[in-house]
Amino acid sequence: MSALVDIRDLTVRFGGGGRSVHAVNGVSLSVEKGEVLALLGESGSGKSVTLKSILQLLPPKRTKIGGSIRFDGRDVLALKGRALSDFRGGEVSMIFQDPALALDPVYTVGAQIAETVMRHESITREAAMSRALEMLQKVRIPSPERRLKNYPHEMSGGMRQRAMIALALSCNPKLLLADEPTTALDATVQMQVLLLLRNLQREMGMSVIFVTHDIGVAVEIADRVAVMYAGTIVETGTIAEIMKDPRHPYTRGLLAANLHGAVKGARLDAIPGAPPTLEEPPSFCPFAPRCPQARPECRAALPPVVEPGPGRRVACVLEAAPA
Amino acid sequence: MPRPRLRLDMLGYLLRRLVYVVPVAIGVSLICFLLVHIAPGDPLVAVMPIDATAEQEAEMRAAYGFDKPLPVQFGIWLGNAVTGDLGRSIATGRDVATEVTRAVGNTLLLAAAASVIGFPLGLMLGFLAGYLNNTVWDRGITAVAIGGVSTPNYWLGMVLVIIFSVSLGWLPSMGAGPGGSGEWTWDWAHIRHLVLPAVTLAVVPMGIVMRTTRALVADILDQDFVQALEAKGMTRLGILRHVARNAAPTALSVIGLQLGYLLGGSILIETVFNWPGSGYLLSVAILQRDLPTLQGTILVLAMFFVALNLIVDLLQSLIDPRISRA
Repeated sequence: MSALVDIRDLTVRFGGGGRSVHAVNGVSLSVEKGEVLALLGESGSGKSVTLKSILQLLPPKRTKIGGSIRFDGRDVLALKGRALSDFRGGEVSMIFQDPALALDPVYTVGAQIAETVMRHESITREAAMSRALEMLQKVRIPSPERRLKNYPHEMSGGMRQRAMIALALSCNPKLLLADEPTTALDATVQMQVLLLLRNLQREMGMSVIFVTHDIGVAVEIADRVAVMYAGTIVETGTIAEIMKDPRHPYTRGLLAANLHGAVKGARLDAIPGAPPTLEEPPSFCPFAPRCPQARPECRAALPPVVEPGPGRRVACVLEAAPA
Repeated sequence: MPRPRLRLDMLGYLLRRLVYVVPVAIGVSLICFLLVHIAPGDPLVAVMPIDATAEQEAEMRAAYGFDKPLPVQFGIWLGNAVTGDLGRSIATGRDVATEVTRAVGNTLLLAAAASVIGFPLGLMLGFLAGYLNNTVWDRGITAVAIGGVSTPNYWLGMVLVIIFSVSLGWLPSMGAGPGGSGEWTWDWAHIRHLVLPAVTLAVVPMGIVMRTTRALVADILDQDFVQALEAKGMTRLGILRHVARNAAPTALSVIGLQLGYLLGGSILIETVFNWPGSGYLLSVAILQRDLPTLQGTILVLAMFFVALNLIVDLLQSLIDPRISRA
């Protein structure tokens, strides 16, 4: 089976005005058809940037992208103009962290969904509106006929994110990019939205790349996890492998610092220190300064990428030569 | 493009806003009445002969009602104003309502002409500059706008007169028509008179509208939903439509304010070009301490301002659904 998305050695550098930030430094990952991949990492690890480069959503003037992204065998970084906007929202669509900001405040929800459908299919306005209604039913928004005529500010946060999901799925995309879609929501609503996404994903058979900083969220939704740190992927594996047998010290740190399942009164093990600023691309293991198991060779060169099992990858010297 | 629907809550909003107009109108008339009466100078000095006796003066004072206490004067004036009677000019003895109607008509004409020139240009240039934020085009357009806003318009008016009337002889520089009749008709002979004052008057509002629109558009383009629009495959044109609709309420309110400025702030331009409008009428009335004319003109202009604000607010609530709720 060939992968639906294949990212090879992706590098993203933001520049301009002398200072530059190396946000993504050689990310390689692939997503199969019907698979949900979670990109896990803390703020500034480059997970959102990786996601946005798939749709070329980064400001073109200040961004330098290297490497390749192939979708269904096509080079999507080479897409331009009409072909690019056909690709966006048609084959790959995206949902965002805060639906209150991602929806246009002065258009009704129905109009925004219908507009998307009309953009990608030759279809009348009435047909597009009935598709919008159908989508609102699909994401289980109560009294969808009425909600169609609502403006975003007339809905609750969870409802807005459901509407955003309806919009993103209205053209039957093969891949959904989810950029922390539950972070801005209440805990209970968060769970409902996750379950909804999971159900819709199975029902429609699409692939999902789900960006999150919350390992508990990744457990709920993902088949596979890629852990990012400082613009690199430090570890990949199925969700079960990562949870039961984390190999990279950073993944272990993340799991230890997780609130889910934490015992009351027990001290939370936070990872000491802060991620690097990335004004230069890392020349040695970027996690070494914070790593409890760092060795001299960690600071000498980039760590090797080891494959301890099928589909499993760990970028750490410990994996290559265990202590 | 979805059409904004007139909804029930908007109707309520409209009624509420109409009711608000009443206290505002009374307040405005009170203020303009008081301002005129507090200002130093006796209105009768200008019209009484130097050798008039005290009796004659008292008689005159009584004839105009200036002998009564101020609240009573205000009551009488307001009562008359409601019926459309603004009294008689002290200086000319003419009916103020007729004078004001003609003058305000001419001012409206000038303001409309300036609007037709200034607002579309300001909106288009502002939109362009905001879209091409931080490029050479943006900087060029912004420089023009700042130049326009900073140039004293009476000075610009005189420069234009020197160039186009005196040197080139293309356009007339005085009055609203040949012969200075002050009666407007839609023919080329009259329109020629409109060009220079309208252009001069349009420059400042154009600059202000341009700068506001530029800032608005640049700010909206930076918002998350624009990226979301890109992500769902909208074309550049489609995105610009969304941006325009988001910018419209604020741009409209700036245009409304500038329209008010065009109505009330054209005194200098009307003086420079001898335009028989309300500004001209006001400046003459001030010099002659012609209280009835002064009060009447200010009142009518103020009412235009109130009506203008109402219209802008209603239009805004029609475009932006969030406003009628607030």
